[in-house]
Amino acid sequence: MFGVQERYDVPSSPAVVIKGPPGNRRGRRAVIGNKSGATALPDTVVMTGLLVAVAEKRDKDAFAKLFAHYAPRIKSYLMRQGANQASADELSQEAMLSVWRKADRFDANKASAGTWIFTVARNLRIDALRKERRPNFDPEDPAFVPEAEIAPDHALEIGQTQVRIKAAVATLPPEQAEVIRLSFYQDKPHGEIAEELGLPLGTVKSRLRLAMRRVRTALGEKE
Amino acid sequence: MNASHHPSDDLLWSYASGSLDEPSSILIATHLALCPACRGVVAKAESLSGELFEDIQPLDVDASALDSVLARLDDEDDEKFETVPQISDAQHDALGVPRPLKDYLPNELGNLPWRWLGPGVHYSAIETQARGPKVGLLRIAPGTKVPMHGHSGNEMTMVLTGGYTDATGSFQRGDVEAADDGLVHQPVADKGEECICLVVTEGELQPTGMIAKVLQPFFRI
Repeated sequence: MFGVQERYDVPSSPAVVIKGPPGNRRGRRAVIGNKSGATALPDTVVMTGLLVAVAEKRDKDAFAKLFAHYAPRIKSYLMRQGANQASADELSQEAMLSVWRKADRFDANKASAGTWIFTVARNLRIDALRKERRPNFDPEDPAFVPEAEIAPDHALEIGQTQVRIKAAVATLPPEQAEVIRLSFYQDKPHGEIAEELGLPLGTVKSRLRLAMRRVRTALGEKE
Repeated sequence: MNASHHPSDDLLWSYASGSLDEPSSILIATHLALCPACRGVVAKAESLSGELFEDIQPLDVDASALDSVLARLDDEDDEKFETVPQISDAQHDALGVPRPLKDYLPNELGNLPWRWLGPGVHYSAIETQARGPKVGLLRIAPGTKVPMHGHSGNEMTMVLTGGYTDATGSFQRGDVEAADDGLVHQPVADKGEECICLVVTEGELQPTGMIAKVLQPFFRI
């Protein structure tokens, strides 16, 4: 078992004053709730539209909707990763604040809102719960090797990507789905997952590879 | 030229989902800077993570949470985003040290604290805040044969400059070789250029040949 993080140090940031609840926000939330027709669109398209509105128009109503959808998911994700309730509450607010601050880096052609917000939560978790840095590549790096132009007919729409991934996940063989879920929801190295399942490490790794291959194939890569 | 030996999908998945340890993540991120194909795989693994994340059982957050975050937004300049640090000198240095690794190095490659390990071979450890495997740079003089050795745990190597060859193939800039328990190999650095590799080691290396036994301290990296 991983240790449950009992406390978490607030990352050093400029003092942030939390004001009292400013006015009645509930009314505002209700207003943005239901635009006719919006419910017919898949969630991922709606959420991505909201995130674009935050990035382009600094739209607080859109942000409130994103918060209502994602803050409870970030909290759940963090608690599964070993955060206690208090730090999960605090960190999910921090994560959503990061979403607001970094929204201009979101590229709707590259990821869905859910995927991008996941990466924000993931990075915050590694920093705050695991107290490690997360090395990442940087396209501005002089040593960066850029991709060749993607042929347009090979590029999938992001909405389509998520739909296909959803279908691929739903049809994963149970033993592959199990290792994918375990490694996603718990911050455990493959060796610990193997121990927990009573499997050789090589089996866990090959199941992860097979699951990844299915996802890659579902997204149009040749086998 | 793009890399031709890549990290396995289970490693790229772990990096994307966020369960990979920091030392291994340095190597993977450095490879990603040099390998568009693996960046594509990581993007797919992140989309898969995004799907599992959407699927998670949501937990109620306190009703006041949104208000307090909104209040904090009011404190910020609404028009301003957190600025992304830009590299002022965009001069393209195709053979430079990729950023994910550079961020961990106190100096240029030539000026690191290199420790002599054996004839033609030096090592410099990289400090991380993490527990887990060790990470460091191995510097091998052109044409040097590294003594035959086995592995007691996993080892990952990525070439930064020069290249080397062992029984499994030839490795050039950006190429990743993963050695597990079974592999016994004798890498030979290519002639003409020094070979500098990023190495992540889990267990002790085990010298197997006679000369290697003489040089045993060599492997205690």
